[in-house]
Amino acid sequence: MQRVPDDEGSSFFDYLARHRPDLAPPGPPWSPTSSSLPLSEGSGASPLPPVTHGTTVLAIKYQGGVVIAGDRRATEGSQIAGRRIEKVSKVDEHSAMAIAGAAGPCLEMAKLFQTELEHYEKLEGLQLSCEGKANKLGQMVKANLPMVFQGLVVIPIYVGYDLKRGEGRIFKYDITGGRYEESDYHAIGSGGKDARNTMREHFRKTLSEEDALRIALLALYNAADEDVSTGGPDLVRGIYPSAKLVSASGISDVDDERMKTIYAALIEERKKEG
Amino acid sequence: MPLPYYVSPEQMMQDKAEYAKKGIAKGRSIIAMEYRDGVLLVADNPSVSLFKISEIYDNIAFSGAGKYSEFENLRKAGIRHADLKGYMYSREDVTARSLANGYSQSLGTIFSQELKPLEVEILVVQVGEHDRPNELYRISFDGSIIDERGYAAIGGRAEALQVFLKERYKGDTPTLKAALVLCVEALENITNQKLPPEGLEIAVLDRARAGRKFRRLPPAESRQILA
Repeated sequence: MQRVPDDEGSSFFDYLARHRPDLAPPGPPWSPTSSSLPLSEGSGASPLPPVTHGTTVLAIKYQGGVVIAGDRRATEGSQIAGRRIEKVSKVDEHSAMAIAGAAGPCLEMAKLFQTELEHYEKLEGLQLSCEGKANKLGQMVKANLPMVFQGLVVIPIYVGYDLKRGEGRIFKYDITGGRYEESDYHAIGSGGKDARNTMREHFRKTLSEEDALRIALLALYNAADEDVSTGGPDLVRGIYPSAKLVSASGISDVDDERMKTIYAALIEERKKEG
Repeated sequence: MPLPYYVSPEQMMQDKAEYAKKGIAKGRSIIAMEYRDGVLLVADNPSVSLFKISEIYDNIAFSGAGKYSEFENLRKAGIRHADLKGYMYSREDVTARSLANGYSQSLGTIFSQELKPLEVEILVVQVGEHDRPNELYRISFDGSIIDERGYAAIGGRAEALQVFLKERYKGDTPTLKAALVLCVEALENITNQKLPPEGLEIAVLDRARAGRKFRRLPPAESRQILA
């Protein structure tokens, strides 16, 4: 237990980096504690490994909020490592994130980000703004940069309901922690392009919740159709993608029954098309 | 070289304790009370932004009486301790007992080693789940720790409050309404004035909530419960 005076600030992430660096992510590449990186090696050749992470996660806006969804498959090379992985996680009452990348660091980042926001809220007595949360996540992605050079990429999508503006918001990130706001929809991961194509075809402003959810699931379905690393609905085992709705009233999970109904209709439609 | 004045350790401790007690008695009081679905915390606190009651973790709340800057630092240290432990192990491994012990150690060390003791008295409470009992720990400026049952009072005229509550808190665990009425009565009794909900800081650890059990009751809601 630390004593007075208090110069720790309100960030759990910083607290961890200072007091328990063994538990914290490696820190920015210029920090003296992080190991030296093969940044200067090679001549001109990019040290960055190709960003391949088998997954598809996406977010799409509707009138009252945002749908955030992802498939459930984890792969190890050409093997399936898991069929029930949760890639979409609730962060706090009004935001959720979905991550593409190496499973271990992904789960760690989600957990750390959850703790970070709760920690801030408890210390300061109020929540961070939606913008503040998105920025903080950007800093955490940036702190993971040293790991990226070792092939452990972690890229999130962050979705929050901005209570002040009264609208849902979608943020995407690059590996350097760059933060970009998307106005309508976004998808990342190995099947991200296919999912984006589907959403581009069907998206319009002022979608209803039901329509947005249907488009999200259709996008995941199409991505699974094209991308081996993205899992489709597993009708035999009864495993469906996971989806959450982020709106003014908080976060709610989309239950399996609802998924089942939407997918049944979807598959029926596909059969008719031949 | 002049000899330093000799002060017997007994005298020194007594002086420190007196100093701390005086500081704590200047403040207002706080009551924690078990009710049927959790633990209720009521503080005589007219400020709407400077809190004396706070959430520490899923099932754990904190309240401090005495010097604001000092118990505020203890509160923050507690949150860091709890969040670190929950992150390192698991959420269910964060307990009020371990936290109360930590506080006791810190306060005890400061009391015996520093020139000025902390002028604080704190409460760490945990709502029990799955038929486990609630836990109420009262920790004093010198690090002494007391495990209370039913209710606990700190700050201001805590002893008078204890006496008042001892007579009135009997029988079955009260409902939220009965507990709140009793707490307000007790605080009004020792301050000899009417305390409207706007002048009180009220929060509960509600067993029925999922995840984080801590919730503040805004004045409008307290008024409704009291009505």
